Amino acid sequence: MSEQIKFVQGNEACVEAALYAGLDFFAGYPITPSTEIAEHMALRLPQAGGRFIQMEDEIASICALVGASLTGKKVMTATSGPGFSLMQEGLGYAIMAEIPCVIVNVMRGGPSTGLPTCPGQGDVYQARWGVHGDHAIIALTASNHQDVFSITVDAFNMAETYRTPVILLFDEVVGHMRERLDIPEQGELPVVKRLRTSVRAGIDYHPYLPREDGRLPMSDFGSQHRYNVTGLAHDMWGFPSQNPQIVHGLLRHLTDKIKNNVGTIARYKEYFMEDARTVLISYGSSARSALHVVRNMRARGERLGLLELQTLWPFPYGIVEEKCVNARHIVVVEMNMGQITRAVKRAVKNPERVVLANRIDGVFITPTDIKNILRLIQGKGV
Amino acid sequence: MAVKDYIRQRFFPHMWCQGCGHGIVLNSLLRAVEELGMSKNEIVMVSGIGCSSRISGYVDFHSLHTLHGRALAFATGVKMSKPELNVIVPMGDGDALAIGGNHFIHAARRNIAMTAIVMNNRIYGMTGGQYSPLSGFGKLATTAPFGNIDHDFDIAKLAIAAGASFVARTTTYHVQQATKIIKQAVMHEGFSVVEILSQCPTYYGRKNKLGDAAEMMEWFKNNTTPIGSKAKEENPGLIERGIFIQEDRPEYCDEYDKIVEKAQGGRV
Repeated sequence: MSEQIKFVQGNEACVEAALYAGLDFFAGYPITPSTEIAEHMALRLPQAGGRFIQMEDEIASICALVGASLTGKKVMTATSGPGFSLMQEGLGYAIMAEIPCVIVNVMRGGPSTGLPTCPGQGDVYQARWGVHGDHAIIALTASNHQDVFSITVDAFNMAETYRTPVILLFDEVVGHMRERLDIPEQGELPVVKRLRTSVRAGIDYHPYLPREDGRLPMSDFGSQHRYNVTGLAHDMWGFPSQNPQIVHGLLRHLTDKIKNNVGTIARYKEYFMEDARTVLISYGSSARSALHVVRNMRARGERLGLLELQTLWPFPYGIVEEKCVNARHIVVVEMNMGQITRAVKRAVKNPERVVLANRIDGVFITPTDIKNILRLIQGKGV
Repeated sequence: MAVKDYIRQRFFPHMWCQGCGHGIVLNSLLRAVEELGMSKNEIVMVSGIGCSSRISGYVDFHSLHTLHGRALAFATGVKMSKPELNVIVPMGDGDALAIGGNHFIHAARRNIAMTAIVMNNRIYGMTGGQYSPLSGFGKLATTAPFGNIDHDFDIAKLAIAAGASFVARTTTYHVQQATKIIKQAVMHEGFSVVEILSQCPTYYGRKNKLGDAAEMMEWFKNNTTPIGSKAKEENPGLIERGIFIQEDRPEYCDEYDKIVEKAQGGRV
């Protein structure tokens, strides 16, 4: 373990992790509660030899990421709900053109400008379906700073492996809370490098022809292969195509490269799940309250467990189903109207047993809030 | 190298209408690149959406065909990460100054070394002839069937006010001037804007009864004049051609290199 121990905000932990993963380029626009990411980046990135730019808006930020990623750089931006809405068009472009990039959304209350300085977890579905058209997406989250660090490194690794945007859905509490962070030594966590083509100059290079394992070796802009990148449906050379077979193959590839790897992308943690009769499912900061409840009630002999999700999309349906197979009650704890609850209901055999414990008023969900719900469903009244 | 060696024949035939001015712009651009003796590998062409934006696919450079209006933002990411590349951004008037207006003024303000070639045909061609911010007051378009009440920008004045350090204007009639200006713009160490008046006989010309392509180009000949000419004094309605501004100003990527140096030297 490293000797570098810090007492930092979650937003800073995210910055340190991005640098650990080899970040070269950050473009962003300030928005609460993600702003500290841009601020720390402006300080730390040039120290590491990278480049930081504050763009004119969030739309420009994600577009700049695509340009920078194509030159072979590891790239990231950070925003919050309204900014994330603005990024959707560029996000779709990055999915279509298969551009590795990491987008951090430190969630606040919504819709619209909503509750800038208050926690919320309302962007779960925006992350999944904000982009128009059918597509696959990876969205990860974490509940504490050590996990913020490792999941951020994971995000870069997945982006480079699958050539896709990866979304980090943190929330205001995780972003702004301060706690201990141990920064691992280089080499302690795996860092994935982009797969580059071995095709030599002068030989026809197909930038969009997947290998058998679904991966696409890239060539950096400025090096020997010149090719076209477009947001239009395209063939294996990157040229626009409306040939039904080519379009079908492209959309299948975009979906399958993630769908076929749900098992490797799935990240979760479990607490006291072995004999749990009531399973709490949560993620992000609300999982901290849930964990408090579980520990507290376990001490009193109640058979309560927690499944903390770190991969929200692709949703780990199989894992949730398997972990809840013996549960009498499933309580999903989140700070929205039940966005993950909906997915959990689809995952389990008895969706009627799934109950939501939430807060949507911009106030952090407390262990008491969760306990009140538990009393209700266990028939004890409030 | 022959001009046709810069073309991706796989992409042809092109999708421009008969008489469109954009092919003339492409020709001037390729001649400029050829005369500069640039290698194809050192050029990145970034474009948005629209008829003009298809240029990026037609040329055998690193090409990035992006979202409507956002080309300069994508280009900024390319340039910042690999400043040694020459970034050229062909844009239409709607792409550059309607949806992309914000990116346009901010790229100019930063003075980041890239070349925006604004192919101004005063109309949205690809979507079938709707008015653009350059159509002009009183002009007809499919979305202005009773006459347009939007006033137009002066692209050159806007670019200068926003901070571009190289600003020029020419037309598709003046092909040799276009090649010369594009050469200077590409070599310029800062944000350069070249406005090229280009004819759209299919939509703008037909709708506004301006005749065919040749007549529209003749209009460019008769209604433009070199910057500061006597003709302009006598007839203030003439549109000026030439280089309006060409200045040395701190370039964005160079300045960022200094930031990296400062940061690594521990001076904050």
